[in-house]
Amino acid sequence: MQKEYDVIVVGAGPGGSTAARFAAMGGAKTLLIEKRQEIGTHVRCGEGLAKGLLDMAEIPVDRNWIACEVDGARIISPGGMKFEVDEAKAGNETGYVIERDLFDRALAKLAGEAGADIKVKTSALGIWKENGKIVGLHLISNGEKHDVRCKIIIGADGYESQVGRWAGIDTTIADSDIMTCVQYRLTNIQIDSKYTEFYAGSCAPGGYIWVFPKNENTANVGIGLGAHIVKHGGEPKEYLDRWIAKQPGMKNAVQLDMVAGGCSINAPLDSVVCDHVMLVGDAARMIDPMTGGGIAHACMSGMQAGKVAADAIKAKDYSKQFFQTYEKAWRGKIEEKLFRNWMATEKVQKLSDETFDKLIGLLAEVGMENISVFNILKAIKDRYPELVKEFEDLL
Amino acid sequence: MPVENVNKCLHCGLCVGSCPNNAIFLNEVRLEFNEDCTECGLCSRICPVGALTPGGK
Ligand SMILES: Cc1cc2nc3c(=O)[nH]c(=O)nc-3n(C[C@H](O)[C@H](O)[C@H](O)COP(=O)(O)OP(=O)(O)OC[C@H]3O[C@@H](n4cnc5c(N)ncnc54)[C@H](O)[C@@H]3O)c2cc1C
Ligand code: SF4
Ligand code: SF4
Repeated sequence: MQKEYDVIVVGAGPGGSTAARFAAMGGAKTLLIEKRQEIGTHVRCGEGLAKGLLDMAEIPVDRNWIACEVDGARIISPGGMKFEVDEAKAGNETGYVIERDLFDRALAKLAGEAGADIKVKTSALGIWKENGKIVGLHLISNGEKHDVRCKIIIGADGYESQVGRWAGIDTTIADSDIMTCVQYRLTNIQIDSKYTEFYAGSCAPGGYIWVFPKNENTANVGIGLGAHIVKHGGEPKEYLDRWIAKQPGMKNAVQLDMVAGGCSINAPLDSVVCDHVMLVGDAARMIDPMTGGGIAHACMSGMQAGKVAADAIKAKDYSKQFFQTYEKAWRGKIEEKLFRNWMATEKVQKLSDETFDKLIGLLAEVGMENISVFNILKAIKDRYPELVKEFEDLL
Repeated sequence: MPVENVNKCLHCGLCVGSCPNNAIFLNEVRLEFNEDCTECGLCSRICPVGALTPGGK
């Protein structure tokens, strides 16, 4: 292990690999570390990815990591009302179901090709400080401890992120801003492989159930529950098992895997940088609170942080001040959307099954040319003004 | 400190990222708890698969 780098990126998910790629492309001597023995596995993800969002992070589309292309998304109310969001109408917001393991490895490959060193089975144990100043990271690589100097640390360590907290960036979120999730890969089931499906209401309090097709008879079937609502450990799994048992098309389901995980559904953090440190992706709590999608935001923020890191190395300035360019770049792209969707989610979490039926029924009936949270609220306002009162501040 | 049922835990990191005191570390094969734990109970309550029991030592 080399003793010194310009930039160390912690975590080789989509955010970290993209950050390492752009830092290395900008000429910075870059190390990307991943604590797991294999980049990309286990897949802890529904694998839904919006097509349009890929461009945001200059990611070349590769057939190898596309499992399934979908026409759109379908939202289903407790009473069975269905609202379909077609891709064109959603402004490209739906699109692929991917193979996350292959996707993550493809991004790591791009980072390596750009010149970044990559070490797997290598975990950050803490930030190395001298006289209160950050000078590097304490690592453990294949069981051996190393202290490695660097000028910039990019925390891409996902939902479980500790880099930010070690560095003194407050990334703590309230339980009402956490979704607790569990997902199975099921095969031998009957699904519509042309749509991703979302089931709202009391089947998943404070969240939803998703069915994302991998092929004609296989799907990622998962659930997220509001962490402020769950009463005891294991409840997400209980809810999911109960729901699956009730689906006629899943009677003969065969389970291929099981994963769990956390999604943040918070309003954007005040700051995701400090001297020597930038956070990207889930570590910076950038998941879309409405859809739970975080892959594209991780890539986009990784790209921005990688570019700024390379510039900072050239300018020999690793200050919080310098990293404001990164803050501006990612916020310019997604902050407003994150904030609006967080506000909307807070309200949607409180709706009753009857209200879901009414709303989704209404949306299905009126159809919509241009789908956005804003337009949806406007349609609701025309029909059920009493319902939108709560949402008024979003309009 | 909470006790991990290693036979149930999926190493998903949800508890790690949610602990208000940063008292949990996932070293890839098992969870490690440190003395910053205040026994608030959050992690055991929200674990998606029920792999944590509150209040060991
Ligand atoms: C159940 C579930 C379903 C989801 N479904 C979707 C979906 O359908 N579509 C979508 O867009 N998003 C989805 N998400 C969110 C998506 O998975 C994340 O937003 C995305 O993975 C974020 O990428 P990232 O690079 O920020 O972090 P991650 O992909 O989480 O990568 C972080 C990496 O850092 C490593 N790491 C952590 N700590 C250390 C350390 N100390 N040292 C070294 N390495 C470390 C981890 O092992 C991991 O590989 C889902 C999330 C969950 C939990
Ligand atoms: S939340 Fe549960 S399954 Fe996930 S790492 Fe913690 S104890 Fe394990
Ligand atoms: S009980 Fe509370 S403080 Fe202790 S590890 Fe769990 S979440 Fe953290």
